Amino acid sequence: MSHLRRPAPKELQPVSFAFTPENLEKAKKIIAKYPEGRQQSAVMPLLDLAQRQTEGNWVPTVAMDYLADMLDMPAIRVYEVATFYTMYNLAPVGKNFIQVCTTTPCWLRGSADVVETCKKELGIGVGETTEDGQFTMIEVECLGACVNAPMMQINDDYYEDLTADTTKAILDALKKGEKPKTGPQSGRKGCEPIDGPKVLKAFCGCGAAPQDADASEGDA
Amino acid sequence: MQAKGTPDMLQDKDRIFTNLYGFQDFGLKGAQSRGNWDGTKGLIEKGRDWIIDEMKSSGMRGRGGAGFPTGLKWSFMPKESDGRPSYLVVNADEGEPGTCKDREIMRNDPHTLIEGCLLASFAMNAHAAYIYIRGEFYHEASNLQIAIDQAYEAGLVGKNACGSGWDFDIYLHLGAGAYICGEETALIESLEGKKGQPRLKPPFPANAGLYGCPTTVNNVESIAAVPTILRRGGSWFSSFGRENNHGTKLFAISGHVEKPCTVEEAMSIPLRELIEKHCGGVRGGWDNLLAVIPGGSSVPLMPKDVCDDVLMDFDGLREVGSGLGTAAVIVMDKSTDIVYAIARLSEFYKHESCGQCTPCREGTGWMMRMMTRMVRGEATLDEIDLLWDVTKQVEGHTICALGDAAAWPIQGLIRHFRPEMERRIKEYRARIAA
Repeated sequence: MSHLRRPAPKELQPVSFAFTPENLEKAKKIIAKYPEGRQQSAVMPLLDLAQRQTEGNWVPTVAMDYLADMLDMPAIRVYEVATFYTMYNLAPVGKNFIQVCTTTPCWLRGSADVVETCKKELGIGVGETTEDGQFTMIEVECLGACVNAPMMQINDDYYEDLTADTTKAILDALKKGEKPKTGPQSGRKGCEPIDGPKVLKAFCGCGAAPQDADASEGDA
Repeated sequence: MQAKGTPDMLQDKDRIFTNLYGFQDFGLKGAQSRGNWDGTKGLIEKGRDWIIDEMKSSGMRGRGGAGFPTGLKWSFMPKESDGRPSYLVVNADEGEPGTCKDREIMRNDPHTLIEGCLLASFAMNAHAAYIYIRGEFYHEASNLQIAIDQAYEAGLVGKNACGSGWDFDIYLHLGAGAYICGEETALIESLEGKKGQPRLKPPFPANAGLYGCPTTVNNVESIAAVPTILRRGGSWFSSFGRENNHGTKLFAISGHVEKPCTVEEAMSIPLRELIEKHCGGVRGGWDNLLAVIPGGSSVPLMPKDVCDDVLMDFDGLREVGSGLGTAAVIVMDKSTDIVYAIARLSEFYKHESCGQCTPCREGTGWMMRMMTRMVRGEATLDEIDLLWDVTKQVEGHTICALGDAAAWPIQGLIRHFRPEMERRIKEYRARIAA
């Protein structure tokens, strides 16, 4: 089990937590999405908000206590949620939080190369953080972009259709403080075939009328 | 012709998700140019019974994996409120390995989903819908929220939605990385702000779901198809696919094909045609095919000889001992370490077990550890039977289907690739004897 799934040691835990005025406004809007008396429903989005506010992209225990008060729920219920869902980091992570999908569809397309490239280029193992605090890398389960495998998520962004080379290029750009292009690194836009849409051409700015597109298909 | 299981290639005019590839504006203007939100008020005015009847006659079976008839599911909702509100909850927690179709709807065609939510909610007497989207889909959620805001601003949802007199609110709720929340009662628990652990059924959500109120949970693709089905009629939708397996369907083909992609096709399309017409074929040619997992990681794999002529629909795949699931087709060519491919799925299920039921909590770990040894052949021959037994002890003995989903891939492997497992064991034993 990753160390991110256990509360960070005491010396890392801050002594207090409160939402910034801006986030407090956001929190009120989130709570208002749910019926009166059902404010506990907001615990997940508010944990996310707390994580985004915290230096190191994690949820300190004191933030869980703060949310328990805000939502009028027992602290243990917040702890349960924070420890159950893997997107809440319970210890600080690097500025660039890399999650490489290694589930079967990504593995079939070479996710092992992506992991190896990350290890080599960053000099860290799975679950580790670089000394300068710039990168943390973990392996994760299916991120739902399987036709664009292999892929990784860095913070909120997906990087897809990866190879060892494009993985390295992305890491190099991030090291320089640049923002690499997100999405498929292979040149395609999304989930269409690599050489362009085979159907829906008229909807893809590819000119051809749908009938023509169909007529050009040979029998399989 | 389709009834014989040899459909022509679906034409673009019969595709529901015309912006699947995201080349056009996902926003309201783009959506309206593609025919979304056209005459929605008129559809509502036809009444609740008409909508449910059209959905029933369309033959739509739920697109989330279980394949339960959508119209029938809706009809289980109470017609009159007993004082409790009713809810529609959309399952956008897409995370079944191989599956990446709802993602495309939400980021490229979100108005199909929003309009579907309004129509489905009206049909089920619900004034509110929650869309539960997996937390990793940050940009998909962002597009969807923009589209929701546009719909509110244009008066399409909110008070007096589309001028129909029906008040309807729609909310987005982000998950936080738990596959189990794709199970409908776990999703409801999660939406209530708890750990996502499935509930015992009954009571079913239609009687006591979200906040103890009548609730229907539907998949994104099911709901997003509703507006087009209602505009074109249930009989249009049911004209595709074989009896009991109707409609068009998003297929996501990943793994060892030349050109992986997601495509909307007619149900009952032959697997080989799907792969060869849309994906440029299997890497190295059809004869280089080893096996296919046809419906997301939870369904058993099929060896090549089954793949040669199987039809991609609920019944066709069930008949060959697999399933349509989410129609996520994972293709594996002959270079694949098939034992590792399945062992990696065992690791997935072990990671995602919520821990509530003992057979699954303990069994997924057991199965993963045995599978890890099977990859190296570090086992005895009779341990294959033991592994089979363990899968049978887990299957059917848990509250939700995750236990089954963890067992089936291994059963598929043993059923079709036992000689390969035995070969590894014999080789390993010969090696340590030497």
